Amino acid sequence: MSERSSEGPPGVPGTDAAIRTVGLSKRYGHTIALDGLDLEVPRGEVFGFLGPNGAGKTTAVKLLLGLAYPASGQGWLLGAPLGDRRARLHVGYLPELFRYQPWLTAREVLGLHCRLAALDRARWAEAVDSALAAVGLADRGDDRVGGFSKGMQQRLGLGVALLGPPDLVILDEPTSALDPVGRQDVRRIIRELRDRGTTVFLNSHLLTEVERVCDRVAVVDHGRVVATGTLPELLGGSTVALRATGLSADTIAGLGRFGRVRLDGDRLEVEGIAPDEVPDLVAEVVRLGARVHAVEPLQQTLEDRFLALVGREPAA
Amino acid sequence: MSDILVVAGLTLREAVRRRLAWALLFLTVLVVVVTGWGFDRFVQLARSDGVAETQLRLGVSQLLIMVAFMFSFVLAMIAVVFGAPSVAGDVESGVSLALLARPLRRSGLVVGKWLGLMVIVIAYAVLSGSMEIAACAWITGWVPPQPVTAVLYLAGEGAVLLTFALALSTRLSMITGGAIAVVLFGLAWVIGLLGRFAALFGVESLQQAAAVSQRLLPSDTFWIGATASLEPTSSQLAQAGIAGPIATGRFSPFEVAGPPAPAELGWALAWIALVLLLAVLLFERREI
Repeated sequence: MSERSSEGPPGVPGTDAAIRTVGLSKRYGHTIALDGLDLEVPRGEVFGFLGPNGAGKTTAVKLLLGLAYPASGQGWLLGAPLGDRRARLHVGYLPELFRYQPWLTAREVLGLHCRLAALDRARWAEAVDSALAAVGLADRGDDRVGGFSKGMQQRLGLGVALLGPPDLVILDEPTSALDPVGRQDVRRIIRELRDRGTTVFLNSHLLTEVERVCDRVAVVDHGRVVATGTLPELLGGSTVALRATGLSADTIAGLGRFGRVRLDGDRLEVEGIAPDEVPDLVAEVVRLGARVHAVEPLQQTLEDRFLALVGREPAA
Repeated sequence: MSDILVVAGLTLREAVRRRLAWALLFLTVLVVVVTGWGFDRFVQLARSDGVAETQLRLGVSQLLIMVAFMFSFVLAMIAVVFGAPSVAGDVESGVSLALLARPLRRSGLVVGKWLGLMVIVIAYAVLSGSMEIAACAWITGWVPPQPVTAVLYLAGEGAVLLTFALALSTRLSMITGGAIAVVLFGLAWVIGLLGRFAALFGVESLQQAAAVSQRLLPSDTFWIGATASLEPTSSQLAQAGIAGPIATGRFSPFEVAGPPAPAELGWALAWIALVLLLAVLLFERREI
């Protein structure tokens, strides 16, 4: 994990990265929405973009897609500078708050986006059918969008984002209106995208979902990235607690190779231990003459880490 | 060009899907039937009183100008109702978020919307204006001197208001843009009317104010053109035994001296192009 320093990464174009920003800033009047955002999203990964309300997540997405303009800083989308229209040919986007033309059918909305994404006309029918099937709307394709529930509109939005197929899919709160079945579908779709080598940029408040599908995460607060890394990096390894009798400060000195060790009465905590080393730790404790009564893994959740990073400690 | 045609096509499809085209067609027929009935009553009454046919047609010509005035007002309102939400509505509802994240040019979106709505406004003006004049001719026998030109001038007035309201909608909410367009249209009309009063009484400053207003929002230029095309010619007036005031434009402030000068008409057309360009430039920097 790399905690964000006050200096940004070197200002060279990240042609290999799906998304790269260097010192991206944005103000709305007196409000600072983004304050020097440095971000790098590797290609082919599912990247979670987390932050509390008002942290600047949606603003960052809008800057990436040319829907708003930065006050300073630079950015590249699929290797092209921000604002490059050709790069957007290969990007699928599901906005957080959106609406499609209610007087069009789902099939017509998808057809329109096939055209806007400059897909071969010969491929439209197949692309539309495939997108409808992927999001579970195969039997509603000829219905007008105006009659769709919010959840169905979100499914359609996801289908629109899948057209192409794109090299990068940006999903802004993709499951906010979905039922559990819909959420499971979204997770499946994200995994299928990753299997195809598509980069997914997932902006979500649902940390458990991020935890389940993301390879890498960035936490943003007050317009800046405060932490970024893979999930194991971000969560800092695991902690294991043992209830054991017959241990003393002298006898545990040799356990330091497993991690940071703390003994409190008959409770022994080892922080930062690799999960596959836990049996070795237990064996070593027994070898030292102690009796082990319980072994309890203490995995830090993404929510705990997130709350700590944005300055709101998790509730006890 | 492709972007423009995609958006224009989408706009036209929306008009059909939302039954706007059918509503306008129905209202056109309704207006033509009601005013036609009015023309018929007027002619029947005048003929039963023994009014000469030339005098009667002169009276019908004035009635037709009044109907055209009402129609021009309705057309202007329709143009504002179409133009004010055109861009702002999509931005406010979130429709434009998904569209503009695609490689769609913003100029394509603005010009495409304008083109699609312009087709509707002009089609409505031409269809409705032509049917009205045709109904009047069939019922009363009066055919204005330049019916085609009159209809085109009316369409031009709609084009001015549509372009103006659309330009406002690239930056303002639909309600604000619509209110501004309606009030300024009314103001331009009143100033134009006062200018013709001023011409009657020789008040130069008021005439100059009207000329400036006509440059800033040239809807009145097209209304003057439409009126001039509907007014009886000098020979028709002479046949009716009238000469002088009405033929020189000093008969009433609702009469005009003649069609707009080519320079005025040229400016009004250039104004439409410039305001459309301004709309594109304003929307290019708009944050969605």
